[in-house]
Amino acid sequence: MSSRDTTLSAIRKALGRGPLDEAARSKLDARIATPPQHIRATVDDADLVARFTQRFESRAGTTERIHSLADVPTSVTALAERYGIAPSAVVGSALGELTWPEGWQIDHGAAGIEVMLGVSLAWRGIAETGSILMLSGPERPITHNFVPETHVVVLPVEHIVRHYEDCWVALRERGQGAPRAMNFISGPSRTGDVEQTIELGAHGPRRMHVLIVG
Amino acid sequence: MEFRSPEFKTRAVHALHDANLQKALSNTKAGFVVKRAQAAEAMPEFEALRDTAAEIKNHVLNNLDHYLEKYEAAVTAAGGHVHYATDAEDARRIILGICKKAGARRITKGKSMVSEEMGLNEALIADGYEVVETDLGEYIIQLADEPPSHIIAPAIHKTKDQVADLFAAAHHKPRKTDRAELVAEAREVLREKYFTAEVGITGGNFLVAETGSSVIVTNEGNGDLTQTLAKVHIVTSGIERVIPTLDDLSVFLRILARSATGQETESYTTFSTGPRREGDVDGPEEYHVVLLDNGRSKMLGSRFQDMLRCIRCGACMNHCPVYGSIGGHAYGWVYPGPMGSVLTPLIKGMDGTYDLPNACTLNGRCKSVCPVRIPLPDLLREIRHNQFRKDMTPKRQKQALKLWRYVAERPKLYHFAERIGVRILASMAGGKGKLRSLPFDPGWTGARDLPAPTGRTFLELWQAKRGDQ
Repeated sequence: MSSRDTTLSAIRKALGRGPLDEAARSKLDARIATPPQHIRATVDDADLVARFTQRFESRAGTTERIHSLADVPTSVTALAERYGIAPSAVVGSALGELTWPEGWQIDHGAAGIEVMLGVSLAWRGIAETGSILMLSGPERPITHNFVPETHVVVLPVEHIVRHYEDCWVALRERGQGAPRAMNFISGPSRTGDVEQTIELGAHGPRRMHVLIVG
Repeated sequence: MEFRSPEFKTRAVHALHDANLQKALSNTKAGFVVKRAQAAEAMPEFEALRDTAAEIKNHVLNNLDHYLEKYEAAVTAAGGHVHYATDAEDARRIILGICKKAGARRITKGKSMVSEEMGLNEALIADGYEVVETDLGEYIIQLADEPPSHIIAPAIHKTKDQVADLFAAAHHKPRKTDRAELVAEAREVLREKYFTAEVGITGGNFLVAETGSSVIVTNEGNGDLTQTLAKVHIVTSGIERVIPTLDDLSVFLRILARSATGQETESYTTFSTGPRREGDVDGPEEYHVVLLDNGRSKMLGSRFQDMLRCIRCGACMNHCPVYGSIGGHAYGWVYPGPMGSVLTPLIKGMDGTYDLPNACTLNGRCKSVCPVRIPLPDLLREIRHNQFRKDMTPKRQKQALKLWRYVAERPKLYHFAERIGVRILASMAGGKGKLRSLPFDPGWTGARDLPAPTGRTFLELWQAKRGDQ
């Protein structure tokens, strides 16, 4: 008997039954198809953008409100100058239409070990915890989120939702199943592994800046 | 990993006299305990979320075979592979096979307690692979050649100076003493490893049946780099970690970080579903999930089924006075503290684990903070019952209990003995209110004082008080 069959029959034996019958299985499948809604954290803020900003900044992230997508390169340039970062970045082709000032090197491919700056388009922002949700795909390489030392995230204001659950509704409406990778990111990388004292930039980005657009 | 639970008593004594460890453990209390209390206080729904989380887990456990099949089908549809492993040896064989096929030389690892349970590092190293732990805490203890002492903060027992010594010796660079510089140095060294490893192994906090996703929760981002940059990603997880839907998962996301570190959320919650897709420019080419049973299915339907709700947050050990005094290494295997004292005898067997459930004081703090409401003290007591049934209780203890029972069933004799006893102890204490050592049990007072009675029994005081009225 394969390890799979051994394990599944051990489970059934322990539960004192054989495989579930058709009726029981369809009931469980219906629970997946129409997921029960559970208690959530109360988010009664009228202003979700303010809540998102306050929560994200509480974990050492920074935010900036900009008028339109066309302003992204200006903000990124100012940030790069402020921290002495060379004008070179990986940018997902989801943001491929942006016009960068002269002198900038923009790459849409995967982030290599030497990349210091990444600019990505968020899929959703969650007001409850001040987190962003990134989906992977050809236009949104996942390495951009973790390899660069500085990560700039572009978040359209209309994509800020209240709860995690709002993302699941949107994801199901999108209708392609789960993307290969999906990341909630709630601030810069951190560690408390040396004497339980927080240090930023353990492995992922040391600095995270969200540009809220609109 | 080496099984040293039989040495619990000697290792506990050693731990009590380890000054560095005692300093580190005092930090835990100020850190995790206070922060968890604040996080729970700040969230009115926290208690209701704990109830819901326990209900979801119970539902899954009662239908575990079905949800595993659903999960497996979803992973397969996304192009991944699910492997079932009945025990640690089976799991090692599967993973060694994948690594061999991938032509791996260097393997990076995110933190996974299940992989410790499998004894995976030792097996990989014996087969000639270079294994690099990438969680900073795990990396530190790997350099020190020690097992983790806490399930979420594995190097909690190490001081900054000890880390500085380990890094200086391993990295051949000038010794750093600044915390930020130490973190930066590890970042630089490990970066090169991520980019050159052929296989990346991570744990799986949750497995979502709806989507076929494995979920990890981290603060450092090391798990993400491990699983994204290697050609092959292997997830190691327990069969009990599957949950039905993303909506069910949301409940756990709200209680896990709050219970573990007191954070509202960690920096990263990452979902992985299969290998790289068409058009993707990054991500692993192969995706494997190894689901470990290793005694879990035996807990189902037994008095220990509740233990399978555990989400490995570490709150029980953070709040345990015994763990707080001796740290994790004394427990001698992968899982320390209250959850470990239940799991170790159930997974490794009753032999050699006698002391673990008996070290518990049954104070109940673990149960009061467990996010999925596992009745840990009841389970520990149940293991003690099993030990008694198997006649494992030491002779001297049984004789003492028999004697106590004889006296306790005879109230007059009991009160007489009590009156004599308190007077002797009071005079031995000489009015100081405490005893430095007990003549008949010096072990008990080896690391603590016995509060001494002041001269009269409770019953005497009570009768005197009643007489006054």
